[in-house]
Amino acid sequence: MATSALPDQETAREWLAAMTLIRRFEERAGEMYARAKIGGFLHLSIGEEATIVGSTRALRESDYLVSTYRSHGDALARGTPPGKVMAELFGRADGCSKGHGGSMHMFDAQRRFMGGYGIVGGNLPIAAGIALACDQRRAVSLAGKMNVSIEGTNADGNDEEVTLCTFGDGATNQGTFGETLNLAALWRLPVVFMVINNQFGMGTSLARHSAVTDLQRKGESLGVPGMACDGMDVLDTHRVVSQALAHVREERRPVLVEAVTYRFRGHSMADPEEYRTKEEVAQWRERDPIPAFGALLQEQGMIDAAERERIDEEAVRAVDEAVAFAEESPFPDKKSLYEDVYVLDHQIHGHYHGTPRAPASLDGALDTQARAGGDGQ
Amino acid sequence: MTEMRYRDALKLALREEMERDERVVLMGEDIGVFGGAFKVTEGLLAQFGERRVRDTPISENTIVGVGIGAAMVGLRPVVELMTVNFALLAFDQIVNHAAHIHYMFGGQARVPLVVRMPQGAGHQLGPTHSHCFEAMFLHVPGLLVAAPATPADARGLLKAAVRDENPVVFVEHESLYGVRGEVDETEEGVTDFGCARVAREGSDVTIVGVSRMALTAERAADQLAAEHGVDAEVIDPRTLRPLDLDTILASVAKTNRCIIVEEGWPHGGVGANFVALISEQAFDDLDAPVARVSGADVPMPYSKPLEDIAFPHESDIVRAALLVLGRDSSAASIAPTPAHDGERDAHRVAPGAIQEAMPRASR
Ligand SMILES: Cc1ncc(C[n+]2csc(CCOP(=O)(O)OP(=O)(O)O)c2C)c(N)n1
Ligand SMILES: [Mg+2]
Repeated sequence: MATSALPDQETAREWLAAMTLIRRFEERAGEMYARAKIGGFLHLSIGEEATIVGSTRALRESDYLVSTYRSHGDALARGTPPGKVMAELFGRADGCSKGHGGSMHMFDAQRRFMGGYGIVGGNLPIAAGIALACDQRRAVSLAGKMNVSIEGTNADGNDEEVTLCTFGDGATNQGTFGETLNLAALWRLPVVFMVINNQFGMGTSLARHSAVTDLQRKGESLGVPGMACDGMDVLDTHRVVSQALAHVREERRPVLVEAVTYRFRGHSMADPEEYRTKEEVAQWRERDPIPAFGALLQEQGMIDAAERERIDEEAVRAVDEAVAFAEESPFPDKKSLYEDVYVLDHQIHGHYHGTPRAPASLDGALDTQARAGGDGQ
Repeated sequence: MTEMRYRDALKLALREEMERDERVVLMGEDIGVFGGAFKVTEGLLAQFGERRVRDTPISENTIVGVGIGAAMVGLRPVVELMTVNFALLAFDQIVNHAAHIHYMFGGQARVPLVVRMPQGAGHQLGPTHSHCFEAMFLHVPGLLVAAPATPADARGLLKAAVRDENPVVFVEHESLYGVRGEVDETEEGVTDFGCARVAREGSDVTIVGVSRMALTAERAADQLAAEHGVDAEVIDPRTLRPLDLDTILASVAKTNRCIIVEEGWPHGGVGANFVALISEQAFDDLDAPVARVSGADVPMPYSKPLEDIAFPHESDIVRAALLVLGRDSSAASIAPTPAHDGERDAHRVAPGAIQEAMPRASR
């Protein structure tokens, strides 16, 4: 692997650690799902860690990230405490979305991770909108007047923020892909669109779902130039995404990056994987990005075998702690069922919910929530 | 107070809010150079420039999504969709995203977005351009839904919508853009959400009219007074989410009879919802079942005489009032017109609304 230059030792170690954390986290999440600690869908990123770490490590802290329903790794990579991610999976009150979102809807405003979205292709326009707001602030000089809606973020941006929007190969067939790329190119929005080409949309292979399989070219007719990287190689991903971000930051026009990768597990937990052969999976597993990068660092004398072992132990420990945190976190109070449906404001009166007759299980909570006179929360 | 058209009242609200708050930006198809399909935004491009008045490609779902993203990080976008029918292409962003983001991300992000769209029949535009869909948006928790009927509320509600921290679906009416009315141009003229307007006080029957139907109901009330000695109270809810149910219930407690008038389809409509709420909460106040007058349960036809009988008119409301009052509708002195062939009743009145009201109301 790796024709791309290596970062310094500390950075290289951190990248390896970040990928390892995602791997161990996802493995454990799978186990917790099997033990019914986690409900709903669970989409794991195992095999795709280099795309996550390579791209997010190319971002500045002030840049925004918007991704999909396969986003535990994105949250972790941006620094969301693993416990809060695991607690969200467990549906607990301390989850990063307070148990309202679940696996597909992670969010961390403070770290400018602007969500996990469950609708394939639904996140693209939203990313363009975030980029539009950044661009607007820069052009119209709204410094100090924006970001009012995000608590805890630095209120003033640096006028250089770029948005990274990731989505799958399957999402490139959605209307929002064409619509958003066109609009972003037309309005010269600072956004990097990154297609995580894991070569399947659920059980449909790329060649069976897209007429154009060279996905980096799919933006050409829309005015968005493409680039590609090896999504199994964290260095190459980082190099290409860095270039794309720099280009977007300076030229202020969107770029499409295709990262070719492979998911080692099923699409979600309920996937018998009849659409691909065990041999194919085994072949890709040989290119597992984590041991590959570890071996490279060892080869280069940046870390030794013991250090690699330590990184893994740290990750396992962090995940142990995350599970313990999630276990200890209570389920959300029943009263929170009606919380955050609206931002309750003084000028709003009247009934938000159809009927104030609460189901008995709500302990009458709805009666107070049903009328939003400003005191509902 | 100044007299102005509904259209100009909307424009005034946009202009004032854009002057007041630099974060307010407009986006929509043909809103800039063309001035808006209904000329609501005419002149705003010249005043505020291309950055704040943005002509967009014809990409409804994406325009709304861009508004959502921009709202999440601090802009106050007002998106215009050319008509409510095209809003159906943006249903994903409006429902799955705008309405749910605050909730599904545990309150970490807000979507202070306004999506404006006109609706309504009467212009012979056929099935893809004439419907009323406020009921579809009313269905969705997380959205606020406003439907102004007067120029005063057009300005007042739009200003309140821009200032609100929640996503607002702002339903205008194509037939109202040219209607004139007095507008309070001060801060006092901002219309709080969740406050119904009692358009006419009365004691015999409550008529709730939604969007344009508030005006039709007022005219019907005049007719009821002049020709039948019936003193009707007319209520315009102004916002459907939140709903000022208290004002409606207080009126029903006084009149003991109620009619809901809407232009949209009867099944799962606004009227169906109101009937449920009123009968759940004011059953003992009712002397007759609540009646609905709605649009016909058909795709909107093109041909003028057909279109005309496919949405409610004053005479339909008068007839419904006489029915819930237990008076024989055949005695009504409504001059028969081509639009009043008895035949249409079978198609256009909400099943089980007026027909069912008749036997019971006459008990
Ligand atoms: C609008 C929409 N249609 C269908 C689905 C169901 N679905 C979830 S993931 C998925 C496959 C998406 O594939 P891709 O975009 O390649 O992303 P990947 O899952 O491979 O990461 C489908 C069809 C959905 N969530 N949203
Ligand atoms: Mg895929």
